[in-house]
Amino acid sequence: MRFAFSELREGLLIAFQALRANKMRSILTTLGIVIGIVSVTLMGTAIEGLDRAFNKSIQSIGADVLYVQKWPWGGGQDWWTIRNRRDISIKQARAIERQAELVSAVSPVAGTMRQVKYRRLYVDAVTIVGTGADFLRVNGTNIALGRYFTAAEADGGRPVCALGSEVSASLFPNETPLGKTVKLGAYPYKVVGVLEKQGSFLGLQSLDNRAYVPINRFFKEFATRRTGISIFVKASSLPNLDETKEEVRGIMRKARGLKPKQEDDFAINQQEILIQTFNTIGVVIAAVGLFITGLSLFVGGIGIMNIMFVSVTERTKEIGVRMAIGAPRRTILQQFLMESAALCLMGGIIGLTIAFPLSLIIDQVLPTAMPISIIAVALLVSVFVGVVSGLLPAYRASRLDPVDALRYE
Amino acid sequence: MSTVIRLHNITKIYHVGSEDVHALQDISMEIKKNEYLGIMGPSGSGKSTLMNIIGCLDTPTAGLYELNGINVSEMNDNQLAKIRNKEIGFVFQTFNLLARSDVLHNVELPLIYGGIGSAERKRLAKEAIGRVGLTERIHHKPNELSGGQRQRVAIARSLVTQPSILLADEPTGNLDSKTGDEIMALFDKLQKEGNTIILVTHEEYIAEHADRIIRLRDGIIESDELVKNKRVANHTEVSA
Repeated sequence: MRFAFSELREGLLIAFQALRANKMRSILTTLGIVIGIVSVTLMGTAIEGLDRAFNKSIQSIGADVLYVQKWPWGGGQDWWTIRNRRDISIKQARAIERQAELVSAVSPVAGTMRQVKYRRLYVDAVTIVGTGADFLRVNGTNIALGRYFTAAEADGGRPVCALGSEVSASLFPNETPLGKTVKLGAYPYKVVGVLEKQGSFLGLQSLDNRAYVPINRFFKEFATRRTGISIFVKASSLPNLDETKEEVRGIMRKARGLKPKQEDDFAINQQEILIQTFNTIGVVIAAVGLFITGLSLFVGGIGIMNIMFVSVTERTKEIGVRMAIGAPRRTILQQFLMESAALCLMGGIIGLTIAFPLSLIIDQVLPTAMPISIIAVALLVSVFVGVVSGLLPAYRASRLDPVDALRYE
Repeated sequence: MSTVIRLHNITKIYHVGSEDVHALQDISMEIKKNEYLGIMGPSGSGKSTLMNIIGCLDTPTAGLYELNGINVSEMNDNQLAKIRNKEIGFVFQTFNLLARSDVLHNVELPLIYGGIGSAERKRLAKEAIGRVGLTERIHHKPNELSGGQRQRVAIARSLVTQPSILLADEPTGNLDSKTGDEIMALFDKLQKEGNTIILVTHEEYIAEHADRIIRLRDGIIESDELVKNKRVANHTEVSA
């Protein structure tokens, strides 16, 4: 134990002395590792950020919600067949609402884009969303101001609306929107409430640039022949999601008059499919990204190997002396491994100190910070690269013949 | 007096191209404890090969080498490293100190490989440095020392493990004659303190410090005789 400790200390001392004696060379050699570690950690941080952005977006959808739609997520089926399916109807949403027992809330949903205007202020390309009265319960969103429209308003198709926080802030910078009449496209609607801020989906589409109206009214004023609807179904509990899905499927088949042998002509989507699809893409991005950045680390490792060979040759005589006074081959091997590991570890540490501020720039785009795990992995990887690149030179050093090594000039 | 080294029919053959070179042929000899032996011979006589074998840096092609009664001629690399560490103290013509380490660390080095704990190591190293009279320079680097001082550091390093033999290969070869005398005086003193010394040299007046001289020629022992007028260094006392 004590033996190992003295040897370890001696190894570190030699490594440190060797690095100090060749400062310029050490720095230049380390540069390869520095660049490698910077690129790998930044790539890791970016991947982590992408993942977090996705998960954050996914949470806004809700894990216990089923989406009855014409189009399946994740694709796979024949495009033409799906296109020719009959649309989902409000009537079918009603059927689910009335018959399903494992369901806590249902809302049909349809959407289109319009300009929204209040007096001289307007917002372009607002998503007008037609929903039922239970939409907020399905979606898990809260109201920030006022209320959502009631079942009576929804069924009666009253011209009332709830605004997304972004639209509300743009149109009513200094006054309350409640009770004011805004124009959605060409039609006047009375504002009854404002939703809480929700952020954006995958960092792309803002969920706050919206206006919500009763779906019955939506179909009168905004729908075209091609407007399809989705039915959002919130399961009464997450563990029952599969049973709920089966129940909804049965009701839908009946409502659409499908015969027992006929295939479903609708899709029941759930978040899981989206997650699966994304994960597949995510893994590919991560693998390709880490492979490419890993290459730079590999090149850095070759640089280390090269300089370690030089170092062994230069110090042949010293190795001979150490052997003569009793250093076993294993110790010589260990000492050179330690030197190259120390060289790489130094590169890793410098790399991290450069990568960390850069990761804060990535932070501006993706919700991320450099995770502790990446720092730990980067340090481990740099030591690993050091040991691997040092292996061959260190082995050569340890196999030197002491007589020849002592005679070397 | 007990025998430290016993060589019996030691032969060393090198293969150079397709030819076999007999560097040593049937060398047999004994070295007793506290003996001061000079090994002489012209270059190519095999004295370096013999020194390497005695120093356990190399193994003989044939023959038996017993060090303190232990057969070392068939040991593996690791065992030989251990023997070199414990039993042999090398002193080289070119000193061979670690340039980037100070005197103390250079002298400590064999003890590090010997697995001695830090406190004990420091104590033994300081003691050995004291014996060669360099206590004042303990934290100097080799390039801050004169040639003679460097060789004394090397001698301290060879002494520190209290080896069975000191093996000095042309220890004065890189020194002027006055400094060389100082080093030879140091060896005289070390013999008086009980060390066994083997001195490899090609200079007659250096070899005459020994009790006995073995002369090699073409790989065989040409003569093995006691020194009649043993030379004693002029510098009776090493400046401390």
